[in-house]
Amino acid sequence: MDLIADHISHRFGALEVLDGVSFTVGAGEVVAIVGPSGCGKSTLLSILGGLLRPSAGSAELRGAPPPDSLNPLTFVFQDFALLPWCTVEENVEFPLLHAALAVSECRAVVEDALRRTSLSDFRTTYPKQLSGGMRQRVGIARALAVRPAILLMDEPLSALDSQTRELLMEDFVGLLADGAMGAVYVTHNLEEAVRLADRIVVLSRRPGRVREVVAIPMTRGERGDIRAREKLVSLQSELWSLIREEAIDAEREVQHA
Amino acid sequence: MLDRAQTPKASKPGDLETAPRPVTFRGAGFAPKAGRYSGWIALVLAIGLWQLAGSAGLVNPLFLPTPISIARAIWQLAISGALWHHLSYSIMRIGTGWILGTIAGVIVGFAIGLSSLARGVGITFISALFPIPKIALLPLLILWLGIGEQPKIATIALGVFFSTAISVYGGVDNVPRNLIRMAQSFNVPFHAIVRRVIWPGALPSILSGFRITASVALLLVVSAEMIGAEYGIGAFVLQAGNLMQTDQLLAGVVILSLFGLAVGKLISLLEARLLHWR
Repeated sequence: MDLIADHISHRFGALEVLDGVSFTVGAGEVVAIVGPSGCGKSTLLSILGGLLRPSAGSAELRGAPPPDSLNPLTFVFQDFALLPWCTVEENVEFPLLHAALAVSECRAVVEDALRRTSLSDFRTTYPKQLSGGMRQRVGIARALAVRPAILLMDEPLSALDSQTRELLMEDFVGLLADGAMGAVYVTHNLEEAVRLADRIVVLSRRPGRVREVVAIPMTRGERGDIRAREKLVSLQSELWSLIREEAIDAEREVQHA
Repeated sequence: MLDRAQTPKASKPGDLETAPRPVTFRGAGFAPKAGRYSGWIALVLAIGLWQLAGSAGLVNPLFLPTPISIARAIWQLAISGALWHHLSYSIMRIGTGWILGTIAGVIVGFAIGLSSLARGVGITFISALFPIPKIALLPLLILWLGIGEQPKIATIALGVFFSTAISVYGGVDNVPRNLIRMAQSFNVPFHAIVRRVIWPGALPSILSGFRITASVALLLVVSAEMIGAEYGIGAFVLQAGNLMQTDQLLAGVVILSLFGLAVGKLISLLEARLLHWR
């Protein structure tokens, strides 16, 4: 199943946030969206996920979702969005309660999601008792439980410390390794983008327009190699040079706002 | 590499330039904690002093009866059955008025919290009517509903309704929007979002509202019973005051205070049970 951004524009009142953004996320493909602060990355993700109606253009799906998918487009949120009154298990189960699943099947799906995210020992724990990284794991387990075709990840690591970010990045690489699931990964962290994405959509400063689409010329499996890392660092520098001036301008704009 | 150089020693003790001295602690205060027994100890001390002053004849017992005479009055009320008689009337009025006001307040509060139309209309009405002292409406309610239990119960229900509606829509407004968006992103139906996200998210505010409405109901039942009732704690206190039976009057006041404490404790238990996740 493909996800298509078709000339998406959006404005909040007089503030123009996005202008004619178009790109396609193919089945099993990981596309990162980067750009200066305030360029509309998260707004674009909300539109792609059907949580915000665009002022113009549209988000479209092409092709059938996987037959067992309960929610083809599934978000992983920056702030985890866990229900504080539910345990880890109940949070993972939450999106399944309204799906037409037998109790035993629901239980099996939850078990599988908890196992894949190493949360089986924390099933009765409440979110407030967990670290930031563990909370995000619960968010990922909840997303996996509905067997998405495309994960919509809105800066999922930005609220975490660097060690936890590294560990969760390894988890993402593992989860996306078999190509069964695609992802749109919004981030301001270029290192994360080059490590995870097949293609990187670079947005200009507000109103966000597609400035460039950069393909990463190696598989995610190859990126762990030391020589590949050099190439990734050089790609990261290229990306930074693309957005540096605009990032400085955007920063100044925020300071003067 | 770690710097293992010795700290230079003071040439003379007390030399401010070179002698090491502890950093002044500046982080004290602004974190008050109630001692576990301090409140009870203070209460016992105050009652003890009050009793001593009364027993020593320093205070006229007509103006301020001693705690022992108040306790005796409560005991006599209890064994005569009058206490239960008055209390049962008050509890019936509070219970009925509170339940009716709470049900209406929760429904209207949720409507205001979830519907643009209800919000537009409801907030205007609530803002206009909430500040009115509800006891001022009792004569009008007597005209409308007749002399009997209904106007007293309606007064309590009105008082409870406004505070409940405000705390409920405030609670609904304060449910983190990201949780609602999360549920929407999983295609959770509207009724399930209300039941599984908004209701538990608003519950802390709703229970805080219950604490306030319990006090409002107590205040209004006493006022209403003082205006037009034969039985009830408010009526009993008024009668005792008219007959200058100050020990009976204060017995009624103590019973009201104990009743308020019991309701507060009940709500605390409810909070501990329902909000254990906080």
